[in-house]
Parts: sequence; C-alpha cells; structure tokens
Amino acid sequence: MFYLNEIKRAFLTSLWFVFLTFPIVVIKVDPIERIVRWRWENSLYMAGGIFVVYLLVKFFIHRKSQAVEPEVDRDNEVKGSFIHRILANPKQRNVLIVVLLFAALAFPQFSSSYQTNVMSTALMYVVLGLGLNIVVGMAGLLDLGYVAFYAVGAYSYALLNHHFDLGFWAVLPIGGGLAALFGILLGFPVLRLRGDYLAIVTLGFGEIIRLILENWSEFSKGPSGISNIPRPGLFGIELSLKGEIIYLYYLMILFVIVTIFIVNRLQDSRLGRAWIALREDEIACQAMGIDKRKTKLVAFALGAFWAGIIGVVFAAKTTFINPASFTFLESAIILAIVVLGGMGSIVGVILGALILILLPEYLRALSEYRMLAFGAILVAMMVFRPQGLISNIRRTYHSDKKFHPPTQQ
Amino acid sequence: MMATPILQISGLTMDFGGIRALNRLDLDVHAGEIVALIGPNGAGKTTFFNCLTGIYTPTAGEILLTPPGNSKSISLKGLKPNHVTEKGLARTFQNIRLFSQMTVLENVMIGQHCRTKAFILGAILRNAATRREERQIVEKSYAILDKVGLAHLANEFARNLPYGAQRRLEIARALATEPFLLLLDEPAAGMNPQETQELDRLIKEISTDGHSILLIEHDMKLVMSLSDRIFVMDYGKKIAQGKPAEIRSNPAVIKAYLGEDVDA
Repeated sequence: MFYLNEIKRAFLTSLWFVFLTFPIVVIKVDPIERIVRWRWENSLYMAGGIFVVYLLVKFFIHRKSQAVEPEVDRDNEVKGSFIHRILANPKQRNVLIVVLLFAALAFPQFSSSYQTNVMSTALMYVVLGLGLNIVVGMAGLLDLGYVAFYAVGAYSYALLNHHFDLGFWAVLPIGGGLAALFGILLGFPVLRLRGDYLAIVTLGFGEIIRLILENWSEFSKGPSGISNIPRPGLFGIELSLKGEIIYLYYLMILFVIVTIFIVNRLQDSRLGRAWIALREDEIACQAMGIDKRKTKLVAFALGAFWAGIIGVVFAAKTTFINPASFTFLESAIILAIVVLGGMGSIVGVILGALILILLPEYLRALSEYRMLAFGAILVAMMVFRPQGLISNIRRTYHSDKKFHPPTQQ
Repeated sequence: MMATPILQISGLTMDFGGIRALNRLDLDVHAGEIVALIGPNGAGKTTFFNCLTGIYTPTAGEILLTPPGNSKSISLKGLKPNHVTEKGLARTFQNIRLFSQMTVLENVMIGQHCRTKAFILGAILRNAATRREERQIVEKSYAILDKVGLAHLANEFARNLPYGAQRRLEIARALATEPFLLLLDEPAAGMNPQETQELDRLIKEISTDGHSILLIEHDMKLVMSLSDRIFVMDYGKKIAQGKPAEIRSNPAVIKAYLGEDVDA
C-alpha cells in the first residue's frame, strides 16, 4: 500500500514541477528567427527526474525513520559514530592527530601554490568558525554580525601599518584586543536580548561597521580600500612569493593548533560549562548563581578576539582590503560552518570549515553549476543531518569514591 | 526569646500593571525549620518565590536574610538572581528547568559555579589551582548526587532521566550552590506516591543536614508530614499561618480551598 500511494504522490509532484518549470524549460523564444520553440521533450526529462528524486528522498526518509525506532538507542548511535569512536579512544585519537599533522605539514610540498593558498584560506575559516562557535555553539548567542570583528582586525592592521608603520606581529595582539573590545561594546546593549532579536541587532551591528568603513573616507579610505599591506615578516628574511604563501600556510597551521588547544580547554572549564548552561536555560542559569552579564560579555569578547586575529592575517595575506570583503555573506558563511559542522563541536566546526571553503573551489570543474551544487549539498546536509556533521559529546567525569548502589525501583 | 529568623519578609508587594499579585505579605523562616507555603492555584506562591530570588523586583516591602551564625542582616530586595544565590538562597523550579543537553553531573557542577573562581586564564593554562578546583567540584557534585540517589546516572544526559529523577536532580543542583535556605517550588508535582514518599525522606534528610527549607506544595499529605509551620496564601494575601494541625482546621483555609459555604 505504501508504495502505491507514494508512486501516486511522486507522479503528482512531478506533474506539478512540470507545470511550474514549463515557462523556463519548454518555451524558448528565438529573437533572431522571431519564432517560439516548444521543447516538449524537456518537460519529459523534468517529469522523469522529479519522479525519481522524489521516490529516492522518500525512500531515504522512510529508511531513516525505521532505523530510529528504538528511542533509547538514538544517543548511543550518535555516540557510536565512527569519528566519535576514534575520539573516545586516546590511542587512536593520538594516532589520528599525528597522521593529520604530518599530512598538514607535508601538504605544501606536494601541491601547487594555488592549492596551498586555498588551504590557508580554509584554515582561516577554521579559526573563524571556532571563534564563532564560542558565541553561537557554546553560549547560544546567535550572532549574525561576526564579520564586523573580522573587519576590525583587518582594518587595525591596515591602518596601524599605514599610519604608524607597525608590523604584523605587533598588530596581531592589538587587532585581537580591539576586536574583543568591540565584542564587549556590542555585548552591552544586547545583554537582555535573545534569539531572533539578538540576531537582528548583531546583523545591524555588522552592517554599521561595514557602512562606517565604506563612508568615512578620511579614516578608512572608503570603498577604494587600503593597499600595499605588508605580508607577515619572518625575522626580516625576504621570501619569494611562493615562499610567502608557504610561510602563511604554516602560520595558519600554528594558529589553528593554538586555537583548538585554547577553545578545547575553555569548553571543558568552569567558564565553558557556564556558557552551555546559559544556552540551555538563562533563568535557571542565573538562579544557580551564574553572572549572566559577565558570562555573555566574555563569550562575545573571546569570540570576537579570534575574528580580530584572523582579520589581521587576512589583511596580511591579501595585502589589500576594502569594505566589500566584509559583507553579510561572510557572516553567513561562518555561521553556516558552525551549524553545518555541528554546534559546539570542535571537530565538527573544523570539518565544516574545510568542506564549506574547499568544496566551492574543487567544484570549479562543474563551472557554472558550481554554486548550484554547493547549495544542493547544503540543503541535503540539513535535511539528513540537522544536528551537523559531528554532534558534540559531553565530557564525562569520574570519581574514585564508592557510591551507594542505586535504590531498587 | 527566639533567635532572629534567617529569612524575614515584611510587607512584600508585587504589582503587575494594575494587578496586585502579592499584597503586603509577611513571612519568616527560622534556622532549621521546614516551612510550607500553600494556597490555591494563582494565589501568587511562585510570584513570591520569584520576588525572593531576584527574578522579579518587588514593588514594595523588605526581604531580610540573616545567615546562621551571623548577626548582620542583608536585604535581598533588588538583587540579581545570581547574587541572591551567592548569599545562600537556592531554589528549584515548578516546571523543571534542567540543562537538558548537559550530563547529570554537569548540572550539579553548574551549581558549584558561584562557589568557585577559575576564569579565562585558569581555563587556558589549567594550572594546579584550577585542576584542584575542578577535582573538588567533581567530587562534591558526586557526593551530592549520591545523597539524592543519582550517582549511578552521573554521566547520562539530564533529559534522559525519568521524571522523578529530574525533580531530584533539580534539588541536587540547588544544593550544590551551598545554600542555608532551600526554596522548593512544588517538588512533588507530577510524582507518583512512591516517588513522593522518597522525596519526603530526602527533604527530611536535607533538613537534618542543616538546611532550612521553604517549600511550595499542593500535596497536602507531604506538606502535613514535613512542615514545622505552614503559611497559606490566597489572592496574593496571607490568610493563615500556624502549625499543621491548626491549618488543617482553619475555616479560612478550608474556604479558600473548597469555596464559599452555601448557607442553608
């Protein structure tokens, strides 16, 4: 019965799609010959394609719903996923980390400058994703204006270098610090806001920063941007262009490792627990003695700090910045990295960043369909794995003491 | 001559626009007591708790807290919820508000937040002091879980616990803030008789451990069994107070609960 019904529905759906797409796929106006071409065969392809896709989707959903049946096993299933199993085992985990590290270190030797450059960009987004993960994934504060802090970092390097001739390494902490300061500035007015309201205000904040940079020409040189920003120095050694790219790549590897280390420690600390509690229930969180204001501001500041750091790196990498690099789309991509990777999960965010940044690059083979394929993959991901690629697992703690056995229920 | 009550509330009033939810309420709790606050639905009991714990700021009145062994009183009025908790007052919620995506143990560890200090640097460096503090938090949380009988479920997600266990976890989490006065908002709501009996035992145990308790409850059997004194509210006003036996036979209380007698 199920099949017959579904086939009927698939048929109706494909008819509906044929109707909807009729003007685009069937009618073609030829302005030279001044005739209309009716490409009826296209509607057949459309009908067939939709029919098959519909049945496939239904089939997967059906299979998924059957697999989930034992309710209790659901969590265990997630826990038992391949990557979680490896991460849970310290020996396997260390092997994996060493292998990945070697692969990462050897990468530039085996690939072109272009590939290395793309990989550096992806690594930048890994750090950005991990930074935003503090705000969105852990503390649960939906921030749509994250790119503003990225811009603050980039412009602090560009301007401090332009006016005061400060070098990359000197500006790196300043850029991070300034971004953190802006994080606190944004944090104050939005302390009371949650969810959608917070998202709107942060979105506005991101746009304000961009518009200021675009219009305050005396300060930021407006839309024409700032050029000739020096690349990061290496003890004053002159590097070739290829050398610069490889140097930046290794620098990014270092940044990523430091970020993972710090974010991981933050997550497993008293502060990290407070963030997650804040995400779960703000009122209960306060009633348990957590200072909401302080905890939120620290989340904003620490999240913004990483964006500032990467902003400085970005300015140094591209040697030219203008406000067009800091549009809402950037914020959206970074947010997509966090959501797609799995909110609050460090491994998930890393994977999410690599996929979201590398995929469009390697999909170039599909030429004009590249962004279409990218969108389709995103949609498919969210349909089949709404919790993200890798869901977060909570750390477990153990005590050495013996406890009373559970009472008989 | 009795010692100063640890909690002394006088003339507490709370207005929501034109509605007076609490009307000049007086209440006191002495050290070591179990005091119950009862009243029909909508009488303002939970509003009272919210005023007490800083979720609402009362319109008028005074809330004075005197920690045991301390002669100085602190006013709680206008304090933020987290500061109230720091002063030694902890609460549970009528509608369970656990951190469902965290483990049972982590829920209790959150309770320890205001008694510990490690911050950004401590978290990143993970120095000896921080490690020691974390160890203490874990051990203490385990001990509290053991007391409420949940230690064997420590690493389960809070959302996966059965209902009665979630209620007990709420109490454990509140205990972790090291309060001298525990406020329980309908701890037995939705529990079956056996779970209620266990709760009765647990509350008595907590009381003998030296915590004073103020509870809101509808389960009269539990209230009568536990309380040293009972306050009764209706329409935001206190209508009676006294020992359980007195309350049981108080005509005003019976009227509030059963409605006006139809005069023949």
